[in-house]
Amino acid sequence: MSKTTTTTAAEKPVGEVTGPSRGSFLRDRLQQSLAFGTLIVLLIFFSLASSNFLSWSNISGILLATAVIGILAFGTTLVIVTAGIDLSIGTGMTLCAVVTGVLLVNWELPLLVGVLGGIATGALMGFINGFNVSVFKLPPFIATLAMMMIAQGLALVVSGVRPIYFSGVDGFKEIALGAIIPGLPNAVLILFLTGIAAFLLLSKTLLGRYTFAIGSNEEATKISGVNTGKWKILIYTVAGIFTGIAGVVIAARLDSAQPQLGVGYELQAIAAVIIGGTSLMGGRGSILGTLIGALIMSVLINGLRIMSVQTEWQNVVVGVVILVAVFTDSLRRRREA
Amino acid sequence: MKFGKKALAAGIMASALALSACGDSGSSTDAGGSGDSDKVYIAMISKGFQHQFWQAVKQGAEEKAAELGVEVTFEGPASETEVDGQLQMLQAAIDKKPDAIAYAALDPQACIPLLEQAEAAKIPVVQFDAGCDSEYPVNLAQTNSLDAGALAADHMAELIGGKGEVGIVGHSQINSTGVERRDGFVNRMKEEYPDVKIVDIQYGDGDHLKSADIAKAMIQANPNLKGLYGTNEGSAIGVVNAVNELGLEKGKLKIIGFDSGKAQTDAIRDGVMAGAITQDPIGMGAATVEAAMKAINGEEQEKLTGTPFYFYNAENIDDPEIAPVLYE
Repeated sequence: MSKTTTTTAAEKPVGEVTGPSRGSFLRDRLQQSLAFGTLIVLLIFFSLASSNFLSWSNISGILLATAVIGILAFGTTLVIVTAGIDLSIGTGMTLCAVVTGVLLVNWELPLLVGVLGGIATGALMGFINGFNVSVFKLPPFIATLAMMMIAQGLALVVSGVRPIYFSGVDGFKEIALGAIIPGLPNAVLILFLTGIAAFLLLSKTLLGRYTFAIGSNEEATKISGVNTGKWKILIYTVAGIFTGIAGVVIAARLDSAQPQLGVGYELQAIAAVIIGGTSLMGGRGSILGTLIGALIMSVLINGLRIMSVQTEWQNVVVGVVILVAVFTDSLRRRREA
Repeated sequence: MKFGKKALAAGIMASALALSACGDSGSSTDAGGSGDSDKVYIAMISKGFQHQFWQAVKQGAEEKAAELGVEVTFEGPASETEVDGQLQMLQAAIDKKPDAIAYAALDPQACIPLLEQAEAAKIPVVQFDAGCDSEYPVNLAQTNSLDAGALAADHMAELIGGKGEVGIVGHSQINSTGVERRDGFVNRMKEEYPDVKIVDIQYGDGDHLKSADIAKAMIQANPNLKGLYGTNEGSAIGVVNAVNELGLEKGKLKIIGFDSGKAQTDAIRDGVMAGAITQDPIGMGAATVEAAMKAINGEEQEKLTGTPFYFYNAENIDDPEIAPVLYE
């Protein structure tokens, strides 16, 4: 951000280094409107293509399908804004689901304990990721890749290589499928609530400000007196909490913890973040963009399914959309540079 | 202090690497292998191990092995797409020089060179679930998936009164069970029930969540849909979840699934699912070990052992013929 300035970052107040400048604010808005435009075009296209697309039950189905990936993507947005990456969220989510299963089904603990236990597992994994990245200086890719494998293995070990069913746990399924707001599955409500929480964290708190600062220029942030290591640990831990929430939601939706699930979910979440305009280089991103990115993915997949497009072609189309999204983004940035 | 940190880092890395190495070799279970003991040793290389179906095959094999006083190891890749990883396991099994190898091919072609190696090393090979396109193995214990798919079609047609729209949520368009369970169903409908129309076939990789979202989209897209067929456990549960989430009237949409597992048997008892086709995985494991013993002892045997399959529903789920082959 401040590459050409003659003043060193240390002389600047932190707010100036980190606070999104007017230019980047507009840029983010543009990317969002671009993604938002894509979403609207897709919605119009599929409504015209199939009369069954625009029913409330289908829309609610799309939102429900967005919930797990969306919650994962919110947490990952924070990490990606620091120019990091978190590959452990997919299998990590599964481990959290399995831990919740063990607490509730095997140990018959109260609902709240199981839910908090699952979320705490996510936080612990995030903490370890952050610790490895900050203290041991492991590249985030490697640290979280290792955690991805550890979580995958532990999910199988802890569950005894078999699914854990919640059928005897009263009220667990309702966490995802009940409807506090009539007609709207709770999982969707949780998606929106976690989205608001992530938005507030990123835009209204010190944590959010340092997240952008670390992603823009970690050295400068450090020189200006910020303990970046500590904040990175905190950011990864917060991302882990989102992973834990996603784990509880997927377990509630499936009414079971499926230990073999999870691989590939991290890449879908990362794709949603990128489509939403968050830069893999760090320093730039938004939660609203991520939500739109996640919606684009699930609208696209749902629409193609409604149109009975063959599964193999569905993947091709989603891949092309990701390419186009990232390509237009880089094109625009080149023009601005 | 500094050193302590480094040592801890090294420890974490080492354990991470150990785990990842374990992941590469497919997170095998009980892949110890004997070699030096006098006990007859059979190395089983499966298509997977996480799925409850494979756990049941393993159970059947281990029970039979205990009965015959032999040793078996059972391993398989973490997912049924890891053709390469499975071949490495097969290679390792050959190198261990077991008394026999029992193999379930993920890909019928890729395994041929390795079975030639086994032949050169004079290790007898028997197969289970899915065969390799090689002449060397002496036996294949397998459920005829085409016939099983056709049986599902017969029951589906009967349930919907011989006419109407049905959809299929498949688990693979590549591996043989996925293809044959689909084709058996589709062909039987075409030949015997011309008034039944298959309106859509989509694939969810057996992932519960993905299959649920697919089934929901299919139900939305086809308001006249009368039945859905899920070709494996994950696909079938996905369909059940979809119907539950949409709040459809119980039993209005006829659902036929495959294999068992607690969620599926619960749905059948509950009336959400009309029924499912089950194989006999425990019997398959036992038959495989028996065939391996015959091969070790040089006894003649048929090339193919057809392992049974059944249609079960809420009425016969507790029958003595059905109950033992269902797994939780």
